[in-house]
Amino acid sequence: MRTAKEKFIEKLILFCGLASIFFVVLIFLFLLKEGISVFKTVSPGDFLCGKKWYPISEPAQLGILPLILGSLLVTLGAAVISIPMGVACAIYITELAPAKIKEILKSGIELLAAIPSVVLGFVGMITLVPWIKNIFHLPTGLTALTGAIMLAFMAMPTIVSIAEDALYSVPKSYREGAFALGATHWQVIHRVILPAAASGILEAVMLGLGRVIGETMAVMMITGNAAIMPHSIFQPVRTLTATIAAEMGEAVVGSEHYFALFAIGIVLFVISFAINVTADLFLHRKTK
Amino acid sequence: MSNAERTQKIAFFFIFLAAFLIVVPVGLIVAIIIQKGLPAITWQFLTDVPRQGMRAGGIFPAIVGTVYLVIGAIIFALPIGVMAAIYLSEYARDNFLTRMIKLAIVNLAGVPSVVYGLFGLALFVVFFKFGASILSGSLTLGIMILPIIITTSREALESVPHSFREASCSLGASKWQTVRYIILPNSIAGILTGTILGIGRAAGETAPILFTVAAFYLPQLPQSIFDQAMALPYHLYVISTQVPNVDEKIRYGTALVLLALVLFMNLVAIIIRYKFRKQKKW
Repeated sequence: MRTAKEKFIEKLILFCGLASIFFVVLIFLFLLKEGISVFKTVSPGDFLCGKKWYPISEPAQLGILPLILGSLLVTLGAAVISIPMGVACAIYITELAPAKIKEILKSGIELLAAIPSVVLGFVGMITLVPWIKNIFHLPTGLTALTGAIMLAFMAMPTIVSIAEDALYSVPKSYREGAFALGATHWQVIHRVILPAAASGILEAVMLGLGRVIGETMAVMMITGNAAIMPHSIFQPVRTLTATIAAEMGEAVVGSEHYFALFAIGIVLFVISFAINVTADLFLHRKTK
Repeated sequence: MSNAERTQKIAFFFIFLAAFLIVVPVGLIVAIIIQKGLPAITWQFLTDVPRQGMRAGGIFPAIVGTVYLVIGAIIFALPIGVMAAIYLSEYARDNFLTRMIKLAIVNLAGVPSVVYGLFGLALFVVFFKFGASILSGSLTLGIMILPIIITTSREALESVPHSFREASCSLGASKWQTVRYIILPNSIAGILTGTILGIGRAAGETAPILFTVAAFYLPQLPQSIFDQAMALPYHLYVISTQVPNVDEKIRYGTALVLLALVLFMNLVAIIIRYKFRKQKKW
């Protein structure tokens, strides 16, 4: 009796173990099921490279290039800010900070990770948006730059915590060897520890960028949501995520617009999948 | 001062500056919300329905909606997540399948939150015909927090020393008995931590509930799991972008309630982790 029960439980455990694979496949299949229909009306090439996104005009123009560029612009901006700062912060925590400050920093970053994105978007709207408007004398503070700054901030917890792990895992003997050769602390960090932790830091950067590309609410609230080809970082832009979030409420189920939004979902899913697989490869190389 | 020392001074200055510039804004954000939101928090604000097109009254339905959603998500995600963690820590061999499962978990954690919203819409709302409902929203949030629960639970299970397993097995206990009576009780604090972190995440996310459950304005409370509901994060989004001329105080108050809820969950998780580490027997 006990063995029959145990066999059942162990089957159940195996089943749940496979659940994550099941859900990833299910997500992809359902995005595909709903999104693929859009390619009956637009070719994939026109969809990805079309410069006009007018989903509700007649006939609808479904080119997501402005949205892709919007996402790219914001992500690049965020990367430029968050990668050096995040890695520097990780270096400070692992190498330089006194124990007490280290604790404060770590809990501050944990706190940042916990703040819901809609709250950060709200704070960004009230503080960052007017600042950007006044500092750069712009007609509106809702710009790609505003989004990039906020997103850089939101990518920080991911980058700092993973880079920190990578820096910690550098063997002690490396640094001792370098110190013994008479290197200064900065030379040890710069020439020995950073290169040794490189693949872990790359993983941190990848996952941080993944977080940035997928971020929705804060971006929607502070980048201005203009689905036009972006020309500068001081213009309003609209990202892939914000488009879905802003328009799905109005799209009729089964309409072309609805299918197109799902197709954007496929693009996002593929991007995040590629990022995570690449990051996993870095991780794997590291453990070897 | 030698050249190398000067470089070091400059480099360390910038490193310190970076750390400073990350942490100070976090403190400021929390301080601003508390300072401006606290005056709005009254008993009436917490227990009244929104009035005058959400420009007055309280946020009670949104709080209740969020609580329902979170409970639903946990009911779904906790058993699956813990069992998946048991599989990975106790049963899985180091093979291709296990690597795929781990990769799937990482991917699940990386899927953009709005894509979860799309998925929930396609599967639960449209395909299963649950409609925009608490059920659809909870299941969507449940799948979203699954990776958090699996990862933290697995860490907790794996931190139980190997000797415990050996001792249990040498007394003639079966594998499942060992898991059930030795490993699970010894890792309950870690599992609880993961669960609470999952709750915090589910309570704060907006994008997954946009099309699966969230109601713009709903003066009465949901009656069943097939009803739509208001939710705190969506409500904050609505009153800060969709409804003009909402009193700042109400916005800050809503932000404060949401932030307090999420941070409280995280604080509880931290306390449990800390206490558990102190009384660990091994």
